[in-house]
Amino acid sequence: MLGYTLKRIMLAIITIFLVLLITFFTMHAVPGGPFTKEKAPSPAVQAVLESRFNLDKPLWEQFLLYIGNFFQGDAGVSLKNGREVGDIISEGVGTSLTLGLLGALVAIVIGVTLGIVAAVNRNRWPDRLVIFLTTLFVSVPSFVLATVLLYIFATKLNWFPIWTAAKPNYFLPVISLSMYPMAYITRMTKSSMLDVLGEDYIRTAQAKGVSAPVIFFKHALRNGILPIITYLGPMLAYTITGSMVVETVFTINGMGRAFVQSIMNRDYPLIMACTIILAFAMVFMNLICDLIYKVVDPRIRFE
Amino acid sequence: MPEIQENIKHNTLETAARKFFSLKPDLSVFDPASSDEKAQQIYMRPSSTFFKDGIHNFRKNKLAITMFWILILIIVLVLVTPLFNPYGYEEIIRVNGKRDKTLGNLAPFTWSKLEQEAIDNGEKLFPHIFGTDSLGRDYFVRCIYGTRISLFVGFFAALIVLIIGLIYGAISGYFGGKVDLVMMRLVDLINSLPDTLMIILLSVVLKDALKEKIQGTFLATVGTNMISLFIVFGLLYWGGMARLVRGQILSIREMDFVMAAESIGTSKPRIIFRHVLPNCISVIIISTALQIPSAIFTESFLSFLGLGVAVPTPSLGSLASDARSSLSAYPYKLIFPAILISLLVLSLNIIGDGLRDAFDPKLQK
Repeated sequence: MLGYTLKRIMLAIITIFLVLLITFFTMHAVPGGPFTKEKAPSPAVQAVLESRFNLDKPLWEQFLLYIGNFFQGDAGVSLKNGREVGDIISEGVGTSLTLGLLGALVAIVIGVTLGIVAAVNRNRWPDRLVIFLTTLFVSVPSFVLATVLLYIFATKLNWFPIWTAAKPNYFLPVISLSMYPMAYITRMTKSSMLDVLGEDYIRTAQAKGVSAPVIFFKHALRNGILPIITYLGPMLAYTITGSMVVETVFTINGMGRAFVQSIMNRDYPLIMACTIILAFAMVFMNLICDLIYKVVDPRIRFE
Repeated sequence: MPEIQENIKHNTLETAARKFFSLKPDLSVFDPASSDEKAQQIYMRPSSTFFKDGIHNFRKNKLAITMFWILILIIVLVLVTPLFNPYGYEEIIRVNGKRDKTLGNLAPFTWSKLEQEAIDNGEKLFPHIFGTDSLGRDYFVRCIYGTRISLFVGFFAALIVLIIGLIYGAISGYFGGKVDLVMMRLVDLINSLPDTLMIILLSVVLKDALKEKIQGTFLATVGTNMISLFIVFGLLYWGGMARLVRGQILSIREMDFVMAAESIGTSKPRIIFRHVLPNCISVIIISTALQIPSAIFTESFLSFLGLGVAVPTPSLGSLASDARSSLSAYPYKLIFPAILISLLVLSLNIIGDGLRDAFDPKLQK
């Protein structure tokens, strides 16, 4: 266990470093810096600007400087509007976090419930309905779903208010964010529940005369929903990418939107800070999930 | 005398019992078969290969077959449309060389003023099946062209992933040992990279970086965005495929029939191509089939955010994104690309699932 944990942590650290490296050097491989506009500033101004943002130093030195500053909490200044990158991100991170967590919660709760319903009613109409709906939701891109929901329920029917920073209404964004992972979790729960229900120990329990609900909730469910843990990492990755779309559609000022806009504006410090924070979150979450899974399911052997 | 009688009685009983319990067939009750009758009994089961079996199973899956025909329909539509539809995807339609201001934002199957006049004068014009967009371009052609881009991206991305993954995985699985260890650590690393973030980053950067490099070559006609998308897929998505192929080859290499083949002196290449690869081909096909919709999803997602295929080339994602600004006035502009992309992904997903059910030997019981 200890060896495995150390190995996974090492891999996570290397990954983070690789992400930092790729991000930094690809950003600087882009032809046309942030100060190349139609109206080029005079060489003197250019030189001042470049030395202000350390752009005149060799690349590797810029890289080390950047990492050093980043881990001291200084992610630089946005090249677009001169604000602290840290400020921009800390404004958005709360909203995005709430959105993501609510989305994940909805996805897990509804997904597991529907998966169980489908497994219990195998090959009957509830199962077919659930499978039909989940197949549908897996195939509809989140941007279509978000736009349609916004149009129907906010613009046309006026059931939910349109998002404003002062009065945020999380309902529609959360629904559009959680549909895809929900469908995925439903399918996962169903197949894993069916696997578990076919196990010998379930037959043993039936033979002993244990009642059906007890078998289901006490014996089958606990093992059946274990594999969901493995999906938590990928789900976070999905939520982060999904939040880019959902935040863009609902015009929510979160991290996803900040990331998309920073790319449009070629705002190096902001792009890098966003990438690093999001990547950190994903890698960390994957690590935690892997470790938790090994702890809760002792049947898994450590390779 | 009574003793003898007793003996006979006992004997007949014994033979009767023997006859009754004997497993030997009593030949006297059978007639030998004539040669005609013999011929009737010869029934050769038509030999079935693995693929025939799989296709037979797949055909029984009605939903998958329906979706298969829908996909074929979409592909045919995409291929045939340029033959009968006179409008180009980036062509701002002019009526008899004149620019028509009422031509923008037409509803499906309606005409602009000048077009109506032209029709009244006896000219024949092709209808705008999906209407036109705000600049007066035929929306049907744009949607179909976007579908073409999606399909193109999907198939080629899957192909790239397949080729790289197959070669890498086969080498790693075949050589094993230290080579395998090092190669798989690299796959671990690539798999642990947050792929969507990297894709966004690389596609933005490559778009700019490639523009100057490929100027004037034939690659320029494909477009920098498409090439950067393919490069990104080629760099990031083969890890899963490589791992799959390697795992398959490792497990099949240890099987008894491979040992049997080795023991009768079969050559190494023959073992790999005749015995090992055919056994993992089904898993590879299924995984490739399921890669296509995920690539299409990624492309449309990038285009929606404005990071994918560049204007004026339409993509289903960018069409949907453009439709958002005028949604309440022209909702059909979102509906058409949305339905096309959902149908495309849905059919590919269901076909992929169907193939998995039909071809995966582990699922057949």
